Amino acid sequence: MSRIEVLKTYKVYIGGQFPRTESGRYHTITSKKGEPLANVCLCSRKDVRNAVVAARKAQGAWAERAAFNRGQILYRIAEMLEGRKSQFIEELLSLGFTQKNAQTEIDLSIERLVYYAGWCDKYNQIVSSVNPVSSAHFNFSTCEPMGVIGIIADNNSPLLGLISSLAPAIAGGNTVVVLSSVDYPLNAVTFAEVLHASDVPGGVVNILTGSLHETAPTLASHMDINAFVASNISHEFSTSLQLNAVDNLKRFFHYTIDWNQQNSQGLHFIGDLQEVKTTWHPIEQIGGATSSY
Amino acid sequence: MKNKEKWPLSPSMESTQHISLKKQYALFIDGKWVAPNSGKYFPSINPADESHIADISHANEKDVDLAVRAARKAFPSWSGLAPSERAKYLFRIARIMQEKSRELAVIETLDGGKPIRESRDIDVPLACNHFFYYAGWADKLAYAFPNRQVEPLGVAGQIIPWNFPLLMAAWKIAPALATGNTVVLKPAETTSLTALKLAEIIEEAGLPKGVVNIITGFGDTGSALVNHPDINKIAFTGSTNVGKIIQRAIAGTGKKATLELGGKSANIIFDDAPIDQAVEGIVNGIFFNQGHVCCAGSRLFVQENIADKVIRKLKLRMKSLYVGNPLDKNTDIGAINSKEQLKTIESYISIGKKEGAEIYQPACDLPKKGFYCLPTLFLHVAQSHTVVQEEIFGPVLTIQTFRTIDEVIQKANNTPYGLAAGVWTDKGSRIFNLTTKLKAGVVWANTYNKFDPTSPFGGYKESGFGREGGIHGLAAYVKLS
Repeated sequence: MSRIEVLKTYKVYIGGQFPRTESGRYHTITSKKGEPLANVCLCSRKDVRNAVVAARKAQGAWAERAAFNRGQILYRIAEMLEGRKSQFIEELLSLGFTQKNAQTEIDLSIERLVYYAGWCDKYNQIVSSVNPVSSAHFNFSTCEPMGVIGIIADNNSPLLGLISSLAPAIAGGNTVVVLSSVDYPLNAVTFAEVLHASDVPGGVVNILTGSLHETAPTLASHMDINAFVASNISHEFSTSLQLNAVDNLKRFFHYTIDWNQQNSQGLHFIGDLQEVKTTWHPIEQIGGATSSY
Repeated sequence: MKNKEKWPLSPSMESTQHISLKKQYALFIDGKWVAPNSGKYFPSINPADESHIADISHANEKDVDLAVRAARKAFPSWSGLAPSERAKYLFRIARIMQEKSRELAVIETLDGGKPIRESRDIDVPLACNHFFYYAGWADKLAYAFPNRQVEPLGVAGQIIPWNFPLLMAAWKIAPALATGNTVVLKPAETTSLTALKLAEIIEEAGLPKGVVNIITGFGDTGSALVNHPDINKIAFTGSTNVGKIIQRAIAGTGKKATLELGGKSANIIFDDAPIDQAVEGIVNGIFFNQGHVCCAGSRLFVQENIADKVIRKLKLRMKSLYVGNPLDKNTDIGAINSKEQLKTIESYISIGKKEGAEIYQPACDLPKKGFYCLPTLFLHVAQSHTVVQEEIFGPVLTIQTFRTIDEVIQKANNTPYGLAAGVWTDKGSRIFNLTTKLKAGVVWANTYNKFDPTSPFGGYKESGFGREGGIHGLAAYVKLS
């Protein structure tokens, strides 16, 4: 007699823990043939607010980590993902992806993490400047994370879209609340387990599943979210979210993009979620004209 | 005894003989001066004595449309011009502005009420330098955006405030032109004159017609510009409320925006700070330009153990400030920009008193005519006081004390704004701690209210987004791929 398989409960990821949605609701993800694969959490507005609280709590400490350390942690995520590749591919196959597409999706996701891991301790050198002001001041501009970022992961890309939006945000010292792909949420939840095993501090990444029309407006209008990132959503949806974002002047980015392309990664994805801070300090005039030999 | 009684100064008035102003100004559209379609004009008033200076055109929707069309028509050839040639036009503008700097300074002071010392030594030179700085960028954009294709956005609609009229025009126009965009600029209704003088300079510089269009008017003019379908970019400096209205108006249109909005900036004095310099910094932070400064250091935080000393010295220093005719070179605090703004400030002062704060204003004779406000301190205020929370945009300072660095960081950041901050301490490690902890786009350490074309300026949170000035200011006007 064949063995009874132990099925996995797909929960959400908030503040480094795996709770069920507080709403107690679910939606069923089915295979291509229509067989039920998982009962995924249908998150509520309250889940969104809880996730924002967790992300805010984690933000200061994450931003204060050494850039080098953030790079190591991002690289660690890539290592963990590489080790569990087959699990992700199986999930995609069960959803009807071809072997080739599933393989590419996961391979590129790992590459992307490695790419942004390498940026952590470099981007600030490129986007910062020392400004030669006319007065006797030392003046420099450097980048700081915007804070807590709301992300709508690309619906059509189960893992690559999510990672492509998430990695530049956390590489730059932000913390995030991610609304996963609605149609393909399994990889997102399994990825939370990878994050959990990669020394990513709790709250830095929070992943919710469910209906965007329920969660996204709450996230976009939340007064403690600093910026909002969406990709490949409809023009109408994007406009309504932009309007939601006005009340605290969130920075709003909607990328229309194919995440499989080489140009779908880059320094500017980090830069979009950074604030430029300029610091001035007087320089003492002590003469010294003769010291130029 | 008041210092001013002991050592009175003789008036030292700047001459207004060498300026040339028309009685009536048309709109500058497509390289020509055209009468407004509306047929309406409004007076520009000298806030120092309420005299009438000139009549200004009130542009309506149709005028805005003409200006945008002119800018659109000029865009292909302007963006297609060799960048080094574009640069030369900007250098020309900078040079002519330098040549006419005294005239510009006097007109700025007449029209806006700021002390001549400030318009002459700060506003006008900074405006010239801004053109000079961005001129040089025009043919070097590939260095600013490595590995990216750089293109201009198209037509930029630009709306500027009344506190630094010419300087804001320069902040907006110079980077837009350097990157190959064409421009429709609307100055604030109380301070149109230096923008119109700049239009004359642009004409004199021989800029191709339609590259810069300057239209004057009120909020309805600005609104028509924001909502015009053929604008690619909105650059706005002004209040946070209007900034949000603009954001709502352009949601879903694909128009890019940079917003430089309000502030309620903290100026923090630690007990090891050089007190006399800090007091100068406090005065410069809040009374510079009558406090009509978005980044004004309007919330003072003094460490508790030196509070009495700082407040005593600050009051003494305030007694020696000259409030009066802005054309007088002795004047420290000029005229409030408009009657309306004076009313706003006065209402905040009465709210402050009503809410129980202790007020201090030095004794000082104000001119009989014109709009003037005494430099004002509010002591014994809490975070919950209206005068601590809201931007007053006048010479009104609130003073709070603190004991620990954690406490002052929390208090300083406890505002929806995030434009600027000041820190006064002798300890370098503390400066670096604070500059990272304060959520503000500009941090002045042991100085305040310093500006430079090379230095990016702009805010966090509800103080807006995008930067103006420096290499970072270019990003606001380019499409990258």
